[in-house]
Amino acid sequence: MKKIIELRHVSKAFDGEGVLNDLNLDIFDQQFITLLGPSGCGKTTTLRLIGGFEKPDEGEIYFDGEKINDMPPYQRHINTVFQKYALFPHLNVFENVAFSLRLQKKSNIEIAARVKEMLELVALKGFERKNVTFLSGGQQQRVAIARALISHPKVLLLDEPLGALDLKLRKDMQNELKKIQKQTGITFIYVTHDQEEALCMSDVVVVMADGKIQQIGSPTDIYNEPKNAFVADFIGESNILDGVMESDLRVSFSGRTFTCVDKGFAPLEAVDVVVRPEDVDVVSQEEGMLTGVVTSVTFKGVHYEIIVDIGGFKWMIQTTDYVGVDEKIGLFIEPDAIHIMQKSEYSGKYGDYSSFSDELDELSDASAVEE
Amino acid sequence: MKPLSKLYIFLVFLILYIPILVLILFSFNSTGNTGSMTGLSLYWYRELFSSPHTFNALKNTLILALSASVISTLVGTAAAVGIGKIKTGVIKNGILSVTNVPMMNPDIVTGISMMLLFVLVGTLLGAEEKLSFWTILIAHITFCLPYVILSVRPRVLGLNRSLSEAAMDLGCTPLKSFFRVELPAIMPGIASGFIMAFTLSLDDFVISYFTTGNDFQTLPLLIYSMTKKEVTPDIYALSSLMIGAVLILLILSNVVESKGKGKTENTPAKMAERNGLV
Amino acid sequence: MNKNKFLSGKVAAYPHVVWSVLFIVFPLIFVIYFAFTTPGGAFTLENIYALGDHKETFVLSVSLSLIATFFCFIVGYPLAYLLAQVEPKKQRILIMLLMLPMWTNLLIRTYSMMALMDDAGIINSLLKALNLGTVRMIGTKAAVVFGMAYDFFPYMVLPIFTSISKIDKRVIEAAADLGSNPLRVMTKVVLPLSASGIISGITMVFVPSISTFYISQKLGGGTFDLLGDAIERQFQNVNTYNVGAAISLVMMILVLTSLWVMNRFTDSEEREVRE
Repeated sequence: MKKIIELRHVSKAFDGEGVLNDLNLDIFDQQFITLLGPSGCGKTTTLRLIGGFEKPDEGEIYFDGEKINDMPPYQRHINTVFQKYALFPHLNVFENVAFSLRLQKKSNIEIAARVKEMLELVALKGFERKNVTFLSGGQQQRVAIARALISHPKVLLLDEPLGALDLKLRKDMQNELKKIQKQTGITFIYVTHDQEEALCMSDVVVVMADGKIQQIGSPTDIYNEPKNAFVADFIGESNILDGVMESDLRVSFSGRTFTCVDKGFAPLEAVDVVVRPEDVDVVSQEEGMLTGVVTSVTFKGVHYEIIVDIGGFKWMIQTTDYVGVDEKIGLFIEPDAIHIMQKSEYSGKYGDYSSFSDELDELSDASAVEE
Repeated sequence: MKPLSKLYIFLVFLILYIPILVLILFSFNSTGNTGSMTGLSLYWYRELFSSPHTFNALKNTLILALSASVISTLVGTAAAVGIGKIKTGVIKNGILSVTNVPMMNPDIVTGISMMLLFVLVGTLLGAEEKLSFWTILIAHITFCLPYVILSVRPRVLGLNRSLSEAAMDLGCTPLKSFFRVELPAIMPGIASGFIMAFTLSLDDFVISYFTTGNDFQTLPLLIYSMTKKEVTPDIYALSSLMIGAVLILLILSNVVESKGKGKTENTPAKMAERNGLV
Repeated sequence: MNKNKFLSGKVAAYPHVVWSVLFIVFPLIFVIYFAFTTPGGAFTLENIYALGDHKETFVLSVSLSLIATFFCFIVGYPLAYLLAQVEPKKQRILIMLLMLPMWTNLLIRTYSMMALMDDAGIINSLLKALNLGTVRMIGTKAAVVFGMAYDFFPYMVLPIFTSISKIDKRVIEAAADLGSNPLRVMTKVVLPLSASGIISGITMVFVPSISTFYISQKLGGGTFDLLGDAIERQFQNVNTYNVGAAISLVMMILVLTSLWVMNRFTDSEEREVRE
């Protein structure tokens, strides 16, 4: 596969505050790549650098092998779907979509044909003469996509494009975007803070935090093999424990030694151990590898989410069997449910459910009602 | 609403309108009697239009108002856009404060201060007539500018930055993006600024009084010179015509400003807020 | 990209900046210059001392303007409050009706007052027809105050109406719910929340009132001078420009400081409400 965009040692600061720090990233042709991270992680800045709306302080950006640091946005073969669509309010749907073709001075016949084609692609046939300000959020979104795709860019940038839509519409648009990407073969660079969205749409996920890339990989890699505590915590739910590698395939944590599938660590190396809540089986106290006391139970529909206190560390466990609060239970963990990570700057910051937010949510809800 | 409240509103409006209505009524009086109606006629309107002064003043007023409003709208719009790009807060606030001075200052002070400037510069240049069409034009542009900026600036501030980014993304140079996207978006503000400037210029008496040349008389100045003498109904006729013109402008400006906005946005409160600035 | 910015850059503000310096800043400097010089151009404080001769004019101007402003407030606040309760459709028409006189030329408004109050005007004609004799109104201070109040009345009502309309109805309901009677709702909630409108209303009536010369000339019949008249008279003759400039300077300082104080006052007021 061909590299279409390369970022080399890119740094960017605003008002002296570093937003991106020595970022390196390769983006391949025809990929659906997602930049995922919490707000302030630098993902939108990365997108804006690629779009040409910002210039890097240091480093180079290449497009198709050509350095484009100083190329203004209007010369790049890259188009953007903006966060709040940024449709032109004084133009109707047709003219919004036709905007870039009008600039290229295309003939009316060609414009009409291509706009028609685009509106069909985004399922907005018959909306040509509508005023964009009267469209629903989903429809505006489609116009924005059609407008960005009409001049056949090599790369489409999407900045949290579904952020303003409600859940149901979001799911539909996710599928549709994926379909459009497959159909057109255009490279999509997608920015979101929603990990579920990232996992279900992307070929490649780039997890970012604090202006740095934490991990690049396929959605399954990112979920199953998180590189550090930040990634493990940000993608899905995780119990992250301090552990020590006894030897290859043997790790000890929570006061006992487990068999695992990881190797290649130094003997007695301190590590972070990740156990996903859904990978733990609840068993009787006698059968358990670990035992603890249930401190809270929340019904979530498909399963119960329970918090278990094991020697002072609070685990989150998802189970379909009901257990009561204060019940003593045992936990059973398969070797392949244990994932070992090297220590990082994020160790110890995440993965403990002792101040679990459900309770806090309820508390703040209650106070909100009183007001 | 209680009947008493309704009565109060009615009474205040009645008092507000009695003088104006009386004025309009007496402009149709058949004789020069200003105390009682002796019959309906268009005599005073004919009298008014037979006077070359009226036409001359009307022509002058329109030329002045049009030039002043066009120039102040151009300069003011550019300023409203440009001020938005200034990053240094002190400079920005400084410019805005100076801009607002003619709006805050009593008209008479604005008038005499400009007159002093013109007289001084005129003397230095050895000009015979120090005040002329050009001096009154400069004065009108100066006091119209803050109102244009005031009406355009909120639109500029309300501009979504991603609109111009989207335009550039789709192939516009910054200049093209301004004309194709930003300008249409701030157009309603420009239009209402223009109408406001036009109306203010049309209406101004005090500043004109101090800055105009002997050979350039506008309608308000004509009214002033007419009222120096006895009360005669031809002034009533002229006034009635001007009230009619203002009514049309007023309706027009509110129609223009409400365009492009949702109906709910153009509430009477917003309307009052915009016009309360005049 | 930073070059070629033309209209999209701050360069666009430059013509206006130059204009402002030439025609706002320079003229004001000249006012100050003239106020402190003789007609020959030498420095002097004579003009400032000469202000003592106009002390009565100052006092009269300020007091008549204050009375007119007060009168506008007393009549205008209830009107603004009631207008804010009217249903939107009628409200739109009423606000238009309020704005029409405001946009009508000041001379015409004053002149229409004159048509009413003139010795041979409508009121006196009516009185005569009813055999009640005639009243001389033109030339009295009351006529001038009434003229100011009439001319600038809409300027008081509109800003107050705007700020009352902006008050969240739920705040008033909350106050009533918490046990305030209508009077207390008025004094403790509506009045403080419309303070910014009151302030701008007061300034918008006071400033033109104190600087007017047309109203006092027409309705005062030239029997007494206000500040505006004094300034206007000094500028009829080149030799008295300097005294005129001195009076203008004082008036400007008076107006701008009171505006500044008023603005400070509303700023802190609004902050309090928000907190």
